[in-house]
Amino acid sequence: MAEPKPRVKVPKTASKGDVVTIKTLISHEMESGQRKDKEGNVIPRKIINKFTCTFNDKEVFSCDLDPAVAANPYFEFNAKVDESGTFVFTWVDDDGSVYTSESEIEVN
Amino acid sequence: MKLTRRDALALGAGAAVFAVAGGRAGSAWAGLEDTEKAVMEFTGGATPASGRITLDAPEIAENGNTVPISVSVESPMTDDDYVASVLILAEGNPNPDVATLHFTPMSGAAEATTRMRLAKTQNVIAVAKMSDGSVFMDKKEVKVTIGGCGG
Amino acid sequence: MDIRKLGLAAALGLTAGMAFGPAQSDPVDDTLVIDGETEITTRAKAVEGVPFDEVISGWHYRTDETREVEADSFANPGMLYVERGEEIWNTVDGAAGKSCASCHDNAAESMRGVGAEYPKWNAAAGKPYNLELFINDHRVEKMQAEPYKFDAADQKALVTFVKHQSFGMPVKVDLEAGDMKAWWEQGKERYYTRTGQLNMSCATCHEDNNGNYIRADHLSQGNVNGFPTYRLKQSNMVSLHNRFRGCIRDTRATYPAAFSDDLMALEVYVTWRGTGLSVETPAVRQ
Repeated sequence: MAEPKPRVKVPKTASKGDVVTIKTLISHEMESGQRKDKEGNVIPRKIINKFTCTFNDKEVFSCDLDPAVAANPYFEFNAKVDESGTFVFTWVDDDGSVYTSESEIEVN
Repeated sequence: MKLTRRDALALGAGAAVFAVAGGRAGSAWAGLEDTEKAVMEFTGGATPASGRITLDAPEIAENGNTVPISVSVESPMTDDDYVASVLILAEGNPNPDVATLHFTPMSGAAEATTRMRLAKTQNVIAVAKMSDGSVFMDKKEVKVTIGGCGG
Repeated sequence: MDIRKLGLAAALGLTAGMAFGPAQSDPVDDTLVIDGETEITTRAKAVEGVPFDEVISGWHYRTDETREVEADSFANPGMLYVERGEEIWNTVDGAAGKSCASCHDNAAESMRGVGAEYPKWNAAAGKPYNLELFINDHRVEKMQAEPYKFDAADQKALVTFVKHQSFGMPVKVDLEAGDMKAWWEQGKERYYTRTGQLNMSCATCHEDNNGNYIRADHLSQGNVNGFPTYRLKQSNMVSLHNRFRGCIRDTRATYPAAFSDDLMALEVYVTWRGTGLSVETPAVRQ
């Protein structure tokens, strides 16, 4: 697949103090380092090893991933919102690439 | 609960009954020792108690390459009392580590869902570490089958 | 399970180590509603000639967890490939400096309903075409680009995207056009012909034994309304011809080339059997 592409689902609006559900998905093979190619050589590990979600620069949720996380890593988690702001989602690849996505939420 | 020698024996017997041939002959599998070691590293040597954490996973996975799992921990999730981390392990994989989830009071609720790989029928383990350092554990056996065509 | 099936299971079990399990379970009684909004037709009255009263989507044969993933358009990883397909749709490729969008504009309008009617008679080629063949012709003739190799990542993503534009619309194959009837006949013959060391036809599993288990797999009717489909096993999109080849390989037979006349005929016949089911692309299967 081409460059890994994140998808995120965050409600556009919420009431102050609500706990909202967030879903994220990113296209990534999560090559485990356990497989071999046709010639019998080990295919080197290449996974997303870290996922982070912040809201207005404060950490909400993060995860350290190992090769046992399935391809196209999916996360569903929650966030308590007390003010309007921006969620920033970051995925870190073994090769050093960083993929990000942002979502605004209006809190009344 | 602590992984006692008796548990280990019982689990070993269960694995022998349910295990189906994995595709990676010759690889070393994570043993219960590796799993216990990972739990102890995470808890700082404390033995996790049962309760407060619930691990949800299918009893039979339709395919071991993509197995949905959810964890949920009872906690007020306030600045003084929240769930700090949840360690997820699969004791029958080549390496038991699956993921470590980190929560904050801003998580609102200590619940998360992801999808994991299971190489064979085995126990999946989730250990929660609270902000006060106390630790809790839950465990589910997930049967992984090799299908006629799907496996 | 009748005596004939028991005999078959025993023969397979003894000679080949594969067995249809004694457990029979009905397809799950459930309704596929995407995101709680869009209801998908997963059961339809079979058209004349199909040996079932009702045709049933493979969705009904999957576990609760797998069915739930398909019912949530965000959780469905197949949607990643729909998005990738949209990028390809809009990307210029080839010496003519064109993208799909250069001629076909907005796919949501121009491709709406198109995928539901494939495979379709192609008079110029004198054979039925599927979306893969259609796209490759256009790449070569209109875009002056290289045709996709079978199962290239971009081919799967673009076909998934185009097919998804007919999401929820009923599968409808026009057998009146050109020589489609003859291809349908050829496909039907293929469907019932036993091949391979296991001596199995498509019908062995998907007609005679649908609802039974073959080892751990709950056998569906083998309808193809969800292809390309996201398979948990590959954690990727799987094309229809890949699946055909995989099934035939599993009977321990030599399998035909993708898009060969043999498999195109089979595509015509098998797609027709699922007439009336909604296009589910990208479906989620085991």
